[in-house]
Amino acid sequence: MPRNITGRHLRPAALVAAALLTAAMAGCGSSDDSSATNPPPSETAAPSADAPAGVVVINDPWVKAADQGMTSAFATLVNESDADVTLTGVSTEVSPMELHEMAMKDGEMVMQAKRGGIVIKAKSSHTLEPGGDHLMMLDLQQPVQAGDELTFTLAFADGRTQSFTAVAKPFTGAEESYNPEHSMPDMSMSPSAAS
Amino acid sequence: MTGSGPRAVSRRGLLAGGALAAGGALGAAVAVTAVGSDESATRPTKTTPVAEIGLAVEPFHGTRQAGVATEPQAYAAFVALALRPETDRETLGRMLRLLSDDAARLTQGRPALADTEPELGLLPARLTVTFGFGPGFYQAANLDERRPPSVAALPAFRIDRLSPHWSGGDLLLQICADDPLTVAHAQRVLVKDSRPFATVAWVQQGFRRAAGAEPGRTQRNLFGQLDGTANPKPGAPLETAVWVPDGPAWLRDSTTLVVRRISMNLETWDLLGRTDRELSVGRRLDTGAPLTGAEEHDEPDFNALGSNGLTVIPDFSHLTRSHVTEDRLRILRRPYNYDGVPSADGTADSGLIFASYQADVTRQFLPIQRRLAERDLLNEWTTPIGSAVFAIPPGCPEGGWIGQQLLG
Repeated sequence: MPRNITGRHLRPAALVAAALLTAAMAGCGSSDDSSATNPPPSETAAPSADAPAGVVVINDPWVKAADQGMTSAFATLVNESDADVTLTGVSTEVSPMELHEMAMKDGEMVMQAKRGGIVIKAKSSHTLEPGGDHLMMLDLQQPVQAGDELTFTLAFADGRTQSFTAVAKPFTGAEESYNPEHSMPDMSMSPSAAS
Repeated sequence: MTGSGPRAVSRRGLLAGGALAAGGALGAAVAVTAVGSDESATRPTKTTPVAEIGLAVEPFHGTRQAGVATEPQAYAAFVALALRPETDRETLGRMLRLLSDDAARLTQGRPALADTEPELGLLPARLTVTFGFGPGFYQAANLDERRPPSVAALPAFRIDRLSPHWSGGDLLLQICADDPLTVAHAQRVLVKDSRPFATVAWVQQGFRRAAGAEPGRTQRNLFGQLDGTANPKPGAPLETAVWVPDGPAWLRDSTTLVVRRISMNLETWDLLGRTDRELSVGRRLDTGAPLTGAEEHDEPDFNALGSNGLTVIPDFSHLTRSHVTEDRLRILRRPYNYDGVPSADGTADSGLIFASYQADVTRQFLPIQRRLAERDLLNEWTTPIGSAVFAIPPGCPEGGWIGQQLLG
């Protein structure tokens, strides 16, 4: 179930937009430096407050600040259990969301919905990062300003959910051109000042 | 080697000898360092393995901010930001949450969130990030009634030749570490995260001796003088001089910072002989001892007369004019040297990033500054070209952020 996960946000308009987006997104972020921003996961980060009851430990969550349009959230998900865990969806108040991946298509790195969800292997971690898998916010209902704290809810294949808070950071890096009309320069995501 | 070197050094050699006798890994490291030196008995012997300098950590969280009473690191960047016009109290909260998180991570040797160069965040080298609030910060927050009264632009002094390029600022980030790459990376991260909220007003980068080169010694400026001898001693004297002991939460455990860029004219200083140089400051250049004493920390005797009938320490020497006896009137000097690029004819662009911490600028800094501005022989060779004053708010606990007592 790679599509929009949350009933709350499963609106026709969003779905249409998402479909258009997915189609148009071939080529978006056609950067060849997707591995350049691969930080080692921070092993020293304190587990998030909801870790004890959580499905996974969520380290270093953040979201890219944006005034409108699309943006993404990132984190390192640590599965401390003995069984694989499959992340199937994500939701937030301010935007419909999808799980996205970067994949090679016709020799180019493209962003697309991640079919089958994101599997976090037993006793291992999975990093959501620019240039890799990420939590895609498709249509912001309000600006996400630098320093804002947003709550996200992850949904897993076994029906469990888990919420976490991520802070918004100014970020101009790598794949962050989400303009569906990818032949045009980035319009929606200019690194504008927080108002 | 300076003339004063061997004596100070042999004391350290003795310490190193003790470490050797004690044996163990540390002793072995010392032995390796000492081997190959003709003067192993008199050379300063390093007892801090280099790797430990990179990994050394200063705390970030606490009731008081680090970077004030912290043993000064080798490198510093003072970054002053000008808030964007639309900035308000809510915006400042968002900004300081972000910057506090960056500081909390980087100072502990962890990359910042969304760090684009995470490998540069792994060696903190005693990194501290100290936040200061200028007068404009309180205005933007609409909290001017909470501004410590002495946090305001200094009155103009006759000797000043201030440039706006080095003056003022709404938010200060004092970034210090024993490694220049660490300072550069922290500055880059903090400036990037500041951009939605502020522009860069000025940056002053400075240095002292390398980490471990002269542990425990007073810093030397580019005139060759020891600089900071009269600092309040750690413990009760420093407590009294630096920290605000009571008041509301946004004042208690706070302090203030005066940053002045002092251009030092090495060309005219060169014209002075050693005796005149020592008379101008009232101290010996080698030991820093007052001209009436033998050791750096000897009390000066301003009444002692020389054979010529004049006071041994001139009345207009820097030492005489800046002398303070009460701890509550002292300032904690934590300066850094700057050394720009010489002009084509070799004229130096050198000086001091004067930085002093005191509980109250009006009570402590201003009286000293007034006396110096009025009459100080050193004014002949030094010129203040920048000036800024900041409140240094209290620290924050883990999970908190700098400024939360004021803005929260």
